[in-house]
Amino acid sequence: MSAIPEKRLIPDRLGTSATRLFGSWEALLFAVAVLIFIANSLASPYFLNAWNLSDATFNFTEKAMVAFAMALLIISGEIDLSVAAIIALASTAMGAAAQAGIGTPGLVAIGIGVGVGCGVVNGILVAGLRLPSIVVTIGTMSLFRGIAYIVLGDKAYGGYPASFAYFGQGYVFWVFSFEFVLFAVLAILFAVLLHATNFGRRVHAIGNNEFAARFSGIRVERIKFTLFLLTGLMSGIAAVCLTSRLGSTRPSIAQGWELEIVTMVVLGGVSILGGAGTIGGVVIAAFVMGLVTFGLGLLNVPGIVMSIFIGLLLIVTITLPVIIRQFRHRKPA
Amino acid sequence: MIRQLFKFREMLLVIIIAILLAVFSARSPGFAAPGNLANIFNDTSILIILALGQMTVILTKSIDLSVAANVAFTGMAVGMLNAAHPELPLVLIVIVALCIGAVLGAINGIFVWKLNIPSIVVTLGTLTIYRGMAFVLSGGAWVNAHQMTAPFLQTPRQLFLGLPILGWTAIVIVAVMYLVMSRTFLGRAIYASGGNPTAAVYAGIDVGRTRFFAFVISGTLAGLCGYLWVSRYAVAYVDIAAGFELDTVAACVIGGISTLGGIGSVAGAVLGALFLGVIKNALPVINISPFAQMAISGSVIIAAVIFNARQERRRGRIILRDRGASEQIEVAA
Repeated sequence: MSAIPEKRLIPDRLGTSATRLFGSWEALLFAVAVLIFIANSLASPYFLNAWNLSDATFNFTEKAMVAFAMALLIISGEIDLSVAAIIALASTAMGAAAQAGIGTPGLVAIGIGVGVGCGVVNGILVAGLRLPSIVVTIGTMSLFRGIAYIVLGDKAYGGYPASFAYFGQGYVFWVFSFEFVLFAVLAILFAVLLHATNFGRRVHAIGNNEFAARFSGIRVERIKFTLFLLTGLMSGIAAVCLTSRLGSTRPSIAQGWELEIVTMVVLGGVSILGGAGTIGGVVIAAFVMGLVTFGLGLLNVPGIVMSIFIGLLLIVTITLPVIIRQFRHRKPA
Repeated sequence: MIRQLFKFREMLLVIIIAILLAVFSARSPGFAAPGNLANIFNDTSILIILALGQMTVILTKSIDLSVAANVAFTGMAVGMLNAAHPELPLVLIVIVALCIGAVLGAINGIFVWKLNIPSIVVTLGTLTIYRGMAFVLSGGAWVNAHQMTAPFLQTPRQLFLGLPILGWTAIVIVAVMYLVMSRTFLGRAIYASGGNPTAAVYAGIDVGRTRFFAFVISGTLAGLCGYLWVSRYAVAYVDIAAGFELDTVAACVIGGISTLGGIGSVAGAVLGALFLGVIKNALPVINISPFAQMAISGSVIIAAVIFNARQERRRGRIILRDRGASEQIEVAA
């Protein structure tokens, strides 16, 4: 578990007064997204343009792919802070392979393979050796990105084959990019996996009460291992998209993304303590973050100032329901 | 029995560091010379101070990921203050640094204490906010050496008994923290609220308030390091100490501080920081690319986590830990 493993006895936000007040977290978040959308279109005349909006999706599609898998992991009570480092390592491996003249299918296979391999390493350490995931993945984060630095140093890989550019720059039809379509397909797949399969129920059960889950015959370690593998896989896919979009690899690629991805998941209403959350929430959170950064970008706000907004968004959305709950609890007393 | 284990643990680290020094000085005579050792200690001083702050927070079952951002903001603030008002005495600037750091730490602490929000979420948010504020404060500009006054830059470099004031500052902080952790009510409360929060509440300890003070300590030390960092590297810019929060966590983990809270010692944190410091300083000596440092510290963190877990498991965890029961089941499963 994370650094705050105080197990709750009752599931989080299943019919608390605050969630009843807003209908649901997702409804609140959706309202926020609509507000930001309206504010953006009022603030900048360039916002309401199909191609601009299509460009805006690149702000979040790659992060969101990883965020889906991360959501499952956080619901199960674990966390993976090494995702951005996995992207960097997978991208470096693809860069090295491209230098060696390997074609596009091979590059994709290598990128995804490295991602899965890194996920397996995390899975063995956390599920196999039963180590706390937050520290382990801080370690593997340094290790994976460190290997990328050893390979690349201060240099960069480029020279990817022309056909490789499709994954990050291609369009399936009209303004819908390959990345956006992939994002949509993965969102549906993960929503089905989490909300309509035994596996998803088990993930929720482990997050709510690992002890009880074990007594119910759930193979906790196996599921956790699968989740880490899945997170590695998604990081590998994100690495393919990102590398293809940028067309080059530096060891500092995707630096700091782990924080943005966790922010996206938590903003989407997934409880950081585990046991509660939906993929729908994460999808809306991805749009909210994408719209905020894109809208601010159109207004010429520097990236680091945007990160203040993301940080505030994270803290405000987490604290607001807590404050409301405390307020409502105090009133009768 | 526990105390003996701690002694064993810290002795082991001392032995490992001694072996490292012996190996490195075999490769490069003079590495273990007193002058160079003083240099290494001086170079590691900031990490030692920050690791002690991080240790305080981790002991209460929390984590502070915003320390490096705190260093950046405070460093920028005092750098600009010094550049704008060169007439202000250094004592005042250090006090300002301590106060800014304490306030930033208190902000984290308030969220954890009053709103009961997991520290990892809060500090993930404030991490981006504090660094963003450093940008807003400076407008992205640097404060360079020629803008700073001589006392501001030179005081930490003054030699006293062969060691710069910077190193002595670390020694004083270590001594103070040792006294706080072992001789005060707050120190005992910090151990208690991490070791077993439920029992701590029954013993009359306000766990939330204890965590608040742990964050204030961590923030204050980070504020001090903000000044020390800017003075040592003679430059203040937005990205100083980027990613350093992970080094502080690494130092704690290597030093045997359990991320589950309640276990660890001042000596452990200091030795963990020194271990990283020795490796960092040895790499150029033994002709390993500095780019390898990240991967090495990553591997060391993972190894330390595995080692810590073995040690904790060997003990009767049922007595010490609320999760003892589930541990037993795991062994049985």
